[in-house]
Amino acid sequence: MRAETSTLRPNPFSNGGSGETLVEVENLKMHFPITEGVFIQRISGLVKAVDGVSFQIKKGETLGLVGESGCGKTTTGRCILQLEKATAGSIRFDGVDLTALDERSLREMRRNIQVIFQDPYSSLNPRMKVGEIIGEPMYVHGVEPDKKARRARVRDLLTTCGLRPEMDDRYPHEMSGGQRQRVGIARALALNPRFIICDEPVSALDVSIQAQVINLLEDLRDKFDLTYLFIAHDLSVVRHLCHRVAVMYLGKIVELADCDELYDNPQHPYTKALLSAVPVPDPEVERKRPRIIVSGEVPSPINPPSGCVFHPRCPIAVETCRRDIPELREVSPGHWAACPLV
Amino acid sequence: MPNLLEVRDLKTQFFTSSGTVRAVDGISYDVEEGETVALVGESGCGKSVSALSILRLIPNPPGRIVGGSVRFMGQNLLDLNDEGIRHVRGRQISMVFQEPMTSLNPVLTIGLQLTEMMELHLGLNNEEATRKAAEYLDMVGIADSKRRLKQYPHHLSGGMRQRVMIAMALCCEPRLIIADEPTTALDVTIQAQILEVMKDLSQRLGVALIIITHNLGVVARYADRVNVMYAGKIIERGNARDIYKNPRHPYTLGLLHSVPRMDLPRKEKLDPIDGQPPDLTKLPEGCAFRVRCRYEVEKCGVEVPHLESIGTGHLSACWQKNDLHNAAAGVSS
Repeated sequence: MRAETSTLRPNPFSNGGSGETLVEVENLKMHFPITEGVFIQRISGLVKAVDGVSFQIKKGETLGLVGESGCGKTTTGRCILQLEKATAGSIRFDGVDLTALDERSLREMRRNIQVIFQDPYSSLNPRMKVGEIIGEPMYVHGVEPDKKARRARVRDLLTTCGLRPEMDDRYPHEMSGGQRQRVGIARALALNPRFIICDEPVSALDVSIQAQVINLLEDLRDKFDLTYLFIAHDLSVVRHLCHRVAVMYLGKIVELADCDELYDNPQHPYTKALLSAVPVPDPEVERKRPRIIVSGEVPSPINPPSGCVFHPRCPIAVETCRRDIPELREVSPGHWAACPLV
Repeated sequence: MPNLLEVRDLKTQFFTSSGTVRAVDGISYDVEEGETVALVGESGCGKSVSALSILRLIPNPPGRIVGGSVRFMGQNLLDLNDEGIRHVRGRQISMVFQEPMTSLNPVLTIGLQLTEMMELHLGLNNEEATRKAAEYLDMVGIADSKRRLKQYPHHLSGGMRQRVMIAMALCCEPRLIIADEPTTALDVTIQAQILEVMKDLSQRLGVALIIITHNLGVVARYADRVNVMYAGKIIERGNARDIYKNPRHPYTLGLLHSVPRMDLPRKEKLDPIDGQPPDLTKLPEGCAFRVRCRYEVEKCGVEVPHLESIGTGHLSACWQKNDLHNAAAGVSS
């Protein structure tokens, strides 16, 4: 089966021929303080939303970042965008450390890094027309300063994203969820970025519309040579779209591998449980499929468990898991897992 | 087996300033004793409204049930007075809502919310009700139930709250539970837990279940019979195997084609349904799916297709239903 699937899509590492690293995140930590007191605030605890995450994304590659809510996948994306000031670690884009840039050079850099948000309802300004929404980044960055040229480019982008050019005169509330998401995508493309962070871009959409947007994202990737960080909780969508996948749990990456390898041969017990929990729309397959149901729920990142953060829910945990923090290690070439038992 | 619930030609409409929304437009279905029936469809297809209509929970104005009947154990629920329907709600038919965050009362303890129902419907005293409440919490897998009874909803996580909702739905021993997107707001691993609990308990206690969902995967594992809805109508009905292996409506076919599947080799491209669902205030003439349909013929624009049988217990509302056979063969494997 693996041989079959690999003929369907290009090898991520030979993609574009270069194999050059575009984004490099190293030991990223984002700890949010919890404060107490009204006048004299003191820090009473830390939410370790992201706790030592490292990965690389190559040019033209799509890296999937999956995990349940609260695992830190969105925060990781926000740190890369510099919307959060990371507590520790470095984020290099094309060799430049974003955490060390001053405001001006950062703005210059932001041109290359764009984002598509999850909720197409709250991520578009309801008082702006679609044309203004898509044109604003160009205005801010001084691309296409001429109004007429800008308008032409906006209409061009609308067409690229599968909308009609005359929709630039509409307000977001006059559009459906799927159309709004396309506007969000057009806005992300406005500055010709090289890297786009897609933060749950389809999870707010209906099933039949989801497929349309997924296909659009794929087409754009090929057309504009884009690199994606695809953040999602829907594992079947991630499998369809990504070259490599990282699984996060409670602020840490627990497994990282090539897409096919991860889905065919998961190593970490959490990945296994996550994969078996996804229902398949076929009653015969589905009813025969064994389920690994992990008990309990994701613990609080304020007070994470000792040792391996997954050990209280893990079906194969042993005594040492309680004590030792597992390292992410390479179990086979290109396949990393943070579990000493695999 | 006798039918526990018979919905016939149910019509619910909302009268808004932008026109009449035909949210539920003449749907009929049955639920047998102990059976699990699914209503599947995208947002705005009328699946939730049809369920709320059963318990007459449609806000009026703007909404109103304008026609049809809902017979539950032989009695038409639409004929009952307010007092009468109150004895059915929670007692004989109970509901699990989508949002466990908003459907519990934030200022009352879990215990009070559970015992209140039992005292009201079953006439238990507080001590008995509390004991039973703890039992039901144990049953839905909430550890340390005695302590939990004294806690407030904000002390619990989303998954726990949904378990409390299920305990509430079960505690008056109803004959039918309507679960409206019971797992949509939850994470996958928690989803699996909740669905297992619901299925297990409904089987053990012999409660019939209506699951309303947009997730075709959820339905595949748990439903005996599936109703697919589009624009206020049921457009296909059958047992789970028929619907997935041999879909006979272009919409069902399209839905199955458009989701990426974990058990099959990756496809190069997904095959989405073009266009978007229609505006329910301005439904087109003829078949509502026509504009998005690949198999449209002339008749589709003239006459509305009705649900007609194409095999044992398998119905489809499509003029082309008999010719879809070949197209459907490509869905699985």
